[in-house]
Amino acid sequence: MDLIFRNARLIDPEAQTDDLGSLRVTDGLIAGRGAPEEPAPECATVIDCRNRALAPGLIDWGVKIGEPGERHKESFRSAGRAAAAGGVTTIIARPDTTPPIDTPEALEFVARRASDAPVNIRHMAALTKSREGREMVEIGFLTDLGAVAFTDGVRVVRDSKLLGRCMTYARGLDALIMGHPQDPSLSHGAVATSGKFASLYGIPAVSPMAEVMGLDRDLALVAMTRGRYHADQITVAASLPALTRARDAGLDVTAGISIHHLTLNEFDVGDYRTFFRFTPPLRSEDDRLSMVDAVAQGLIDTIASFHTPQDEESKRLPFEAAAPGAVGLQTLLPAALRLYHQGGLTLPQLFRAMALNPARRLRLPAGRLSDGAPADLVLFDPDAPFVLDRFALLSKSKNTPFDGARMQGRVLGTWVAGTPVFGDHS
Amino acid sequence: MSFRARHLLGIDHLKPDEIVSLLDLAEDYVTLNRRTVKHSDALAGMTQINMFFENSTRTQASFELAGKRLGADVMNMAVAQSSVKKGETLIDTALTLNAMQPDLLVVRHPHSGAVNLLAEKVNCAVINAGDGRHEHPTQALLDALTIRRAKGRLQRLTIAICGDIAHSRVARSNLILLGKMENRIRLIGPATLMPAGVAEMGVELYEDMREGLKGADVVMMLRLQKERMDGGFIPSEREYFHRFGLDAEKLALAAPDAIVMHPGPMNRGVEIDGTIADDINRSVIQDQVEMGVAVRMAALDLLARNLRAARGRAAAGEP
Repeated sequence: MDLIFRNARLIDPEAQTDDLGSLRVTDGLIAGRGAPEEPAPECATVIDCRNRALAPGLIDWGVKIGEPGERHKESFRSAGRAAAAGGVTTIIARPDTTPPIDTPEALEFVARRASDAPVNIRHMAALTKSREGREMVEIGFLTDLGAVAFTDGVRVVRDSKLLGRCMTYARGLDALIMGHPQDPSLSHGAVATSGKFASLYGIPAVSPMAEVMGLDRDLALVAMTRGRYHADQITVAASLPALTRARDAGLDVTAGISIHHLTLNEFDVGDYRTFFRFTPPLRSEDDRLSMVDAVAQGLIDTIASFHTPQDEESKRLPFEAAAPGAVGLQTLLPAALRLYHQGGLTLPQLFRAMALNPARRLRLPAGRLSDGAPADLVLFDPDAPFVLDRFALLSKSKNTPFDGARMQGRVLGTWVAGTPVFGDHS
Repeated sequence: MSFRARHLLGIDHLKPDEIVSLLDLAEDYVTLNRRTVKHSDALAGMTQINMFFENSTRTQASFELAGKRLGADVMNMAVAQSSVKKGETLIDTALTLNAMQPDLLVVRHPHSGAVNLLAEKVNCAVINAGDGRHEHPTQALLDALTIRRAKGRLQRLTIAICGDIAHSRVARSNLILLGKMENRIRLIGPATLMPAGVAEMGVELYEDMREGLKGADVVMMLRLQKERMDGGFIPSEREYFHRFGLDAEKLALAAPDAIVMHPGPMNRGVEIDGTIADDINRSVIQDQVEMGVAVRMAALDLLARNLRAARGRAAAGEP
């Protein structure tokens, strides 16, 4: 069964091109490109894209889903629907559930539950048992079952010897370890970045140096063990030199950032608005601009939503007591397009960070428009304006910092392996 | 008989011809041990003290039996680890012992190098029965004898040593001995259990056991020390067995006539499948125990000969 996307603005993150053309899909796989008005065989389904952008579906790395333990906040089904509506074709699920995904049995459970969702879902596993930082999980069994990376999330493994052993052991299995660069003894209890804003508002704050110290420690362990490492979120300019040095030294290190740290700064918290409470906390405008530049330069590899559903009760609390995080599956693309409209990043650069690089790092075949890749695609109008209404989001939880925000860029259709999962293209 | 060493502290200081001499003599003692009357007067009149600062059942029993079959007066001293924590105390113990005029001292100690320290302070011959993570020479020699008898030679074999290499004095002594005899040695285990810098010792390293076992003539399994399993070297016993435990499927990748060895005691279902351990066609684990007594008899005998010769030279005023 053939599918032809005609008159499409093809965003190719591999070639870093943004050209008009057509894309052919056969049996769920990308089967070639042609002229904008490519003639189609009679049996093919033709979709006229009307010069809107067609790109690889987003691969959202680090999505929290409430199963098991917090299904009232998000289920695989609701997250999948939100993802499809947001142009996310692959969710990389986090293991910080209740209980955490730290055994093959737990991984099998979530993999079974994830089959409900309309998009691809791949799973990360915890790095240590119960995420307590004392004993490593069964990295071999979990890798065999498809775990794409190992992380304790924001619970930093304090014991450097143990983390080093985990990296060493993981290296033998070619497994990827994802770290949260932060010195926990410095960041403990902090909910904002130290500086004028935090001082004025009297919020417990942490120096950006906590991130630098955490990253330095992790990179030293990578140098010692030669493991594969991904820093989940690099958010301050002071971290970048260490990252550059590690790359120059040939270490197998990549780094990511959340879309919220790329598009918001500490002053957005304003009057203690808990939808703006994140881990790590929002940073200064200077740091934000440095991060946008680092993504453009390719020093920061990936952008993700770090989708963290929280119910109303978790957020309707004093700023310090409120649960951190925001939903993001449905707002990742329109928020990222802010950077495009502001001139900070091109569309191919954005899709390199949101599709190609996560796929490469996690060794997934998607994230590109090359022949033979799965036809996981998103069609969107980068210019269409709208005002975001959080109650229109498909996630079970509605905690978004973009509530009421003017945004530009609408998803018109999403395909997973050539099958439409969002939009009306009958 | 070309065996010149005064002590047997490790394999490192032995020359290949000394190793062969010791194994040849051990063959004679295998024959003796299979007789109804298992007695020799090689150590008649001599005193052997077995001093174990670390618990051991089989090694101590093996040395005790070896000494008694050679006619020595054998005394076992179990020294609690807690009573000898400092080097100074160890030396005091050595001096006290020395005053008892022993001829042969068999020592096991939890600290690497402790036996060498003791050897410097006594007048008798010292045998290292295992010191820390350093060496266990008689184990390597008994393994060599077992291999030589099973394979008909001790050269040009592919020998896979699998498991907890980092903490194993058995592995260290074996790779030195088998390397001296010009064998191809492969070390197999998770990187967390592989000692740093071992790649520079002329061995091949494998983290994939199936790759490492391909075509091996000898599969030497090591005990995984369960007390070390919590907190980090490996995730669990079941994953360890899945990746590094010897079972029939993995063993099928080795040479068809490959032998399976284990220094004991075994953790069945952790590093080795029980049926493999008990398979008399493949497993030479019981042979290793038998060879252990013979090799220790040979070591005691050769050291005693050198000791007598040295004392004779001293009495005659020779250097």
